[in-house]
Amino acid sequence: MRTVSRSGVALTVVIVAGLAAFPFVFQANWVVNIAVFTMMYAGLATAWNLLGGYSGYISLCNAAFFGVGAYAIANLFPTSGGPPGSTPFLILPLLGLGAAILSIPIGWVAFRTRGVTFAIVTISLLFVAQTLAFLMRSFTRGSQGMGIGVPRFSVATYERPFYLALLAIFVFAVSVCWYVRRAKLGLTLFAIRDDEDRARGLGVDTEIAKLVTFAMSLGITAMIGGVWAYYITYIYPQFAVDPLITIGMVLMVFLGGKGTLWGPLLGALLLVPAQRLLAQNASTARWYLILYSGVFLLVILLLPRGIIPSVQDLIARLRSKSDRDTSPPAATVPTVRTEVVP
Amino acid sequence: MRLFVQAVILGLLAGGVYALMASGLTLAFGIMRVINVAQGVMIILGAYVSYTLFTHFGVDPFLSVLFVVPVVFVLGVVIELVFIRPLRPSEREELSLLVTWAVALGIEGVLGLVYSTTYRSTIPSYANAAWRIGGFAVLQVQVYAFGLSVVILAVLGVVLAKTRFGRAVRGTVQNPASAALLGVDERKVAAIGFGLSVATAAAAGAVYGVVTPFNPGSHYDLISLLLTIIVLGGMGSLPGTVVAAVLMGVSQALLATYISPTSAKLTFFILLIGILVVRPQGLFGAVERGKL
Repeated sequence: MRTVSRSGVALTVVIVAGLAAFPFVFQANWVVNIAVFTMMYAGLATAWNLLGGYSGYISLCNAAFFGVGAYAIANLFPTSGGPPGSTPFLILPLLGLGAAILSIPIGWVAFRTRGVTFAIVTISLLFVAQTLAFLMRSFTRGSQGMGIGVPRFSVATYERPFYLALLAIFVFAVSVCWYVRRAKLGLTLFAIRDDEDRARGLGVDTEIAKLVTFAMSLGITAMIGGVWAYYITYIYPQFAVDPLITIGMVLMVFLGGKGTLWGPLLGALLLVPAQRLLAQNASTARWYLILYSGVFLLVILLLPRGIIPSVQDLIARLRSKSDRDTSPPAATVPTVRTEVVP
Repeated sequence: MRLFVQAVILGLLAGGVYALMASGLTLAFGIMRVINVAQGVMIILGAYVSYTLFTHFGVDPFLSVLFVVPVVFVLGVVIELVFIRPLRPSEREELSLLVTWAVALGIEGVLGLVYSTTYRSTIPSYANAAWRIGGFAVLQVQVYAFGLSVVILAVLGVVLAKTRFGRAVRGTVQNPASAALLGVDERKVAAIGFGLSVATAAAAGAVYGVVTPFNPGSHYDLISLLLTIIVLGGMGSLPGTVVAAVLMGVSQALLATYISPTSAKLTFFILLIGILVVRPQGLFGAVERGKL
């Protein structure tokens, strides 16, 4: 196992400190608003990467659990209950745990399939969740939407607590990823990605590894959904369970680099500010879907491995030219896939 | 019992159209291992083109199929050449799903720009005409739609079974390497096959617009249904797809009749979970490739 590298620690400290300082340095509400969404997607993408990047299982139902978290907060803190202050943030860990437990039976069914069928089954689950959000009126009030108690945070720094909560979840998600990559679970996931049958043949318990990872990923997703609901204070089924949220996190992971530690953050930093500015401007909002699809197609066709792996390859190639004894960069997992021609 | 028979008739008619919509998905998956999430939006595109032809030029929606099919066929070939061909074979299955999803979003965006998000419906003069057969009311449009689906499916079946192109397709499905060795141009088969698969969807879309109101976002409802059908049918089996589509149509109609129309929306979910627990490879699933 790789030991903790000094440059890795330094990088982490710099990134986290920079992210934490951001809303104190840039205080304009609209800037922090964009930062809130950026951090939200950074967390979502990191959670997606945990399963999708490490094990190769493309799960498209994450937005469903985003909605589960959102509606859980909406039910716990309705508008009639008055301003809930910071309580919603404090119960997030419980919410995440609850969602993780809920995801286990769902994962058990979905993991009966593999590869592309798994992706299809999870996409169907996403659509089912959206339909359920419209139909289960006692829990979601259907299409009329649901209000959440508005917090009495100071107007000047209104966004800040939400940003910090999302940052905390993001740091938690990255820590989970970091730990998983070093633990036996990570090795199991990489083995599944490379050749699941061989891993099973060698006696690796792939079922448990997949289920645990699925549950962790979706638990984190639900926590972020909870913060989102509290932030926007009024939620509708079509936005709480939105296929665009799923596609957004997948896109960011692909852009930054599947299976890397910081790739999802990089993807979110690059895409979310652009996305927010586009969506807020009325003249560009009509082009939103078209531009979104254009960016996605360009990323997959031109940069299928993502930015971080491509850059690391480049650096490694340059270094190996100058001297021979270079250690592989600390932030990557060996992503070389052996291609077996049948 | 009357109610039951009526529901089964409705379900069979709807299932026939589903079969046409889903058969293209199965074809594309069989030939290229591509999951085309844009199949739903192709149906909606077909519905819009047919709607425009009807409202502006008075072309009958069933006649407009003759125009819709070649146009969308060309679009499909272009999509295959530009977006699907560059994907590396080892990642094609998973990436094709995301790429075609992005294509679907793009087309949805264009349709939203052109037609706005208002619900539309193509309403020819006979839209509400019904036949009474032995006491059961049957909408004529649904019968025509069913008939058209059966005809197109039959043509597709004959093309696959009898023509040179059909043999090339079946050969590619069974074993791409040997098919290529025997002189099948796999790239040509892929491009034409993909064009054909979306063209069938658009044909179904032209009649879909007569039976159901639609807007650019409707493709999500369709694709969830269609993906479930191909998983049920066993991914890549054409007879499996048809059986699964009819099963879906009938169970939807039965649920709508006996429980509630809203619960019918969840039929595909119930069927999917049920089948995955009992038979993860689907109804007609072959473990290895080689069937269509």
